[in-house]
Amino acid sequence: MTRDIFASLGGIAFALLLAPFLRSIINRTKARISGRRGAPLLQPYFSLARLLRKGAVYSSTTTWIFRAGPVAGLVTVFGAICLLPFGGGPALFRFEGDFLLLTYLLAVGRFFTILAALDTGSSFEGMGANREAFFSALSEPTLLLGLAGLGAVTGSLSLTDIYGRIGASVFLEANMPALIFILAAFMIVFLSENARIPVDDPTTHLELTMIHEAMILDHCGIDLAFIEFAGALKLWTLGLLITGLIFPVRFGVFWLDSLVSLFSLATLAVCIGIVESSMARLKMGRVPQLLSIAFVMSTLWIMWVVK
Amino acid sequence: MLWILLLTPFAAGLASMAMKSGRARRFLLVCVPCFHFVCSILILASESGLSTNRWLGADELSLLFLLSTSAIFTVSSFALNLFLREHENPEKGAGRFSHEAFFAGCVLLLLGTTTLAILSLHTGVFWMALEATTLASAPLISYQRSSRSLEAAWKYLLICSVGIAIALVGNTALAVSTAFDAATQSTPLTFHALAERADLLHPVWLKIAFAFILVGYGTKMGLAPMHTWLPDAYSESPSPISALLSGTLVNCAFLGILRTNTIMLQAGVGEYSGGLLLTFGLLSLFMSGWFILQQGDFKRLLGYSSVEHMGILAMAVGAGGGFGVLFHSLNHSLTKGLLFLVAGNILSLYRTKSTKSVTGILRVSPVTGLLWLAGFCAISGLPPFGIFVSKFSIMLAIGSQARWGILGLFLLALGIIFVGMWRIVIHMTFGAPPESHSFVETRIRPGIQDIAPIILCSLALLLGLWLPPPLARLIERAAVIMIGGA
Amino acid sequence: MTDHFFVALLLLVNLRLFASSRMGSLIRGAAAQSFLTVCLSALLRDGGITAESWIFLIVSGLVKCLVLPLLMFRALRTVGIRRDIEPFVGYRVSLFLGLGAAAFSFWGVVQLPLPGGGVNPTAIAAALLSMITGLFLIVARRKAISQAIGYLVMENGIFGLAPSLAVHSPLIVEAGVLLDVFVGVFVMSVIILHIRQEFKHIDIDRLSELKD
Repeated sequence: MTRDIFASLGGIAFALLLAPFLRSIINRTKARISGRRGAPLLQPYFSLARLLRKGAVYSSTTTWIFRAGPVAGLVTVFGAICLLPFGGGPALFRFEGDFLLLTYLLAVGRFFTILAALDTGSSFEGMGANREAFFSALSEPTLLLGLAGLGAVTGSLSLTDIYGRIGASVFLEANMPALIFILAAFMIVFLSENARIPVDDPTTHLELTMIHEAMILDHCGIDLAFIEFAGALKLWTLGLLITGLIFPVRFGVFWLDSLVSLFSLATLAVCIGIVESSMARLKMGRVPQLLSIAFVMSTLWIMWVVK
Repeated sequence: MLWILLLTPFAAGLASMAMKSGRARRFLLVCVPCFHFVCSILILASESGLSTNRWLGADELSLLFLLSTSAIFTVSSFALNLFLREHENPEKGAGRFSHEAFFAGCVLLLLGTTTLAILSLHTGVFWMALEATTLASAPLISYQRSSRSLEAAWKYLLICSVGIAIALVGNTALAVSTAFDAATQSTPLTFHALAERADLLHPVWLKIAFAFILVGYGTKMGLAPMHTWLPDAYSESPSPISALLSGTLVNCAFLGILRTNTIMLQAGVGEYSGGLLLTFGLLSLFMSGWFILQQGDFKRLLGYSSVEHMGILAMAVGAGGGFGVLFHSLNHSLTKGLLFLVAGNILSLYRTKSTKSVTGILRVSPVTGLLWLAGFCAISGLPPFGIFVSKFSIMLAIGSQARWGILGLFLLALGIIFVGMWRIVIHMTFGAPPESHSFVETRIRPGIQDIAPIILCSLALLLGLWLPPPLARLIERAAVIMIGGA
Repeated sequence: MTDHFFVALLLLVNLRLFASSRMGSLIRGAAAQSFLTVCLSALLRDGGITAESWIFLIVSGLVKCLVLPLLMFRALRTVGIRRDIEPFVGYRVSLFLGLGAAAFSFWGVVQLPLPGGGVNPTAIAAALLSMITGLFLIVARRKAISQAIGYLVMENGIFGLAPSLAVHSPLIVEAGVLLDVFVGVFVMSVIILHIRQEFKHIDIDRLSELKD
């Protein structure tokens, strides 16, 4: 019992401490591929520390929602982290159907970000909010169908049990080709939710082409720190959902399993870096097509496993 | 003997495509069907070739359809000869692999594939042959390469191919129905073998198979609502080709449905198959009635009349009639052939297919007018033609089962069609010829183009008055096979 | 297990056919679908494959994956169209209808009473989906070439139905079916060329002179 609590708290601690590393691994990979040395690995921590020291300027058109947006975003992602199992151990809160809560917590966070963006009254934020709402409306059913299918395959509706029971035996039978479907679907959702290429370019400075960045244009100081940290935690969350499928080994020892999870997350980050370096961002009209492909994949997955 | 019958048309078809001389080709076009007819009579007389366990064979049912097909082909080939002579294109010539060569070759290939379909006792071979008939006849429809005939040919090819593909699903379902019982697992997929062991086959799969086969082969046969290709194809193709299509191809498709229905009757699910047949039959009757009432093109009228008669045949099979069904199909082929050939003559006289523009045929060409009237008397079921006898026996069969509702609907539809058709026929045949129209010639005396229709008309009349005993015996035995006796 | 891979790929290819607007990708998709169906039918024959069956499968693969697509590409070049811009059913709706068709196929297979032994339910569902795809292409697309491709796709589906239901047809019959399909698509291409010459287009909704 105490072992379980220890494992859950350890998972949350890892997330809080190491989440910004994922960003820096992605950036390092992109830099190395383009032939540069890249920023130091602790750069995200430095920038978070710098932002926490700064003050903030608030526009007179904004209301309390503008200040509540980043806070809500951070709190909801933190709640999502509490629902995720890490390193073979159970999550801090687990119950049947907690994957729905996970999806909705992420949705609530996004909702508050969109509201904060609309609150500024600026047209760039409005455009970004519009696009974000549209794309997330397309990707949410994919995520839900995929997780529901996983629940059907493993026979449980709790994330802890789902990811606990995924082993090689589940996939090596008739469901093996379906694994490709669900991985493809989840990868596309991952790229879309975290505003990565090919859905959105995180390094662009052209506001007309931004989706996620546009929504946070007017935040600064401590608000921006919260937003960046929440973004890193979201990367961690969705990354764990994917790597739990690919690297489902269980040694039974917490430290060993955590190392495996951390290693798999780092590998995922490297892969994202490679993907970002090798593709250009899609035309805005193509993004719904990409998300439809993800939806088709997850529908095929659920039809396959439920049959 | 069967092999000679089968291979000659194929060989002749390929040869005629490669022939240089148009005259020789047309000669072959007439000779081969005559030879085919003679061979069929010989097979009938010798009563051999009835091995029913192999894939190709001829039982009485096949022989009946073979005779009817042969007869129609032979008579139509004379008309085709005249048609080709009339439409010979001096510039393009009739050399090797020319347009005309392919036309003649396809006609002979059509004869060959139709024979194959009638003689095949294996479900798969039958399917293949029926699809081959569709492919062989599509270029015949678009012979004149006009926009309308191309449209008709495309619709025909696509709809019939899709329909026959659906029937292939039915064949697969038939095969699956044998896989449930250990005793039936190695049954060869021939109609007779399946009918023998029908009570051991899985009923659900049999029902699925029949539904698909009825829709599939029904498309080729012309049952509504899959009949949409029929009026277009029959009206746009050259008249001798229409005579061939309406007299022979629909019978092949009907044969497939008959044989599958035998399997269903033997398996004890005859109610289900009968119900489906009655539904499609009534639907065909009423749809054709609706369109006949407002028809403006006399060849399309004949097409819808074919739909009507296919509906009658389907209803008759569904109600369980034996003798009447087969006699009706024989009569219908002869009469429809007659009507289309006469329609071709009318078309060459008046140069239009519109019913409004054509009047006074009796004045312009008395022989044609008389034949037109006779043909419609026959097709509406007036005595003394054969269709009267067959329709009456079908009605007796329905009535004897006390299915008064169905009989009532049947008579209602026939009444509507009668009124619709005769309104047009009377307008066309009697009255004064249109003044503004200049005729190519007035044919007071019978000419060479009337020989073929006269032959068919006399046959139709003959069968109504006196059925030759060998033919009657053949039909009776075929009817027994149809219902499932040995 | 490899047959499950082929079935998964077959499902994906069929959905791609639902959503393609470009003629070239339709033809290539049909070729891919033919290839997958032939491979799948080779894998599903549990009774062992004789030499004749191998020859037949290879010939069938060559005809359907190489010869027929090449024929259709030639027709496409002559006719000169690249895309079906205004189909009767739009492409996004088509994709969702395709998903619905896939769900229907899976549901349908569950409803059917299946004979034991050698039957692969997912393969049956994939074959059903291929048939529905072919039928959909015939009904919902405006160009005549799409209809010919739809016919080929539908025949592939029916061809794939037999091995997945563990039905063994005699080789001659299967060869006959292949011959019919080949000649059918050939004749269709020829008529399409004639239509193009006569009408200067191949939109089937403009082929509407014959009406009552």
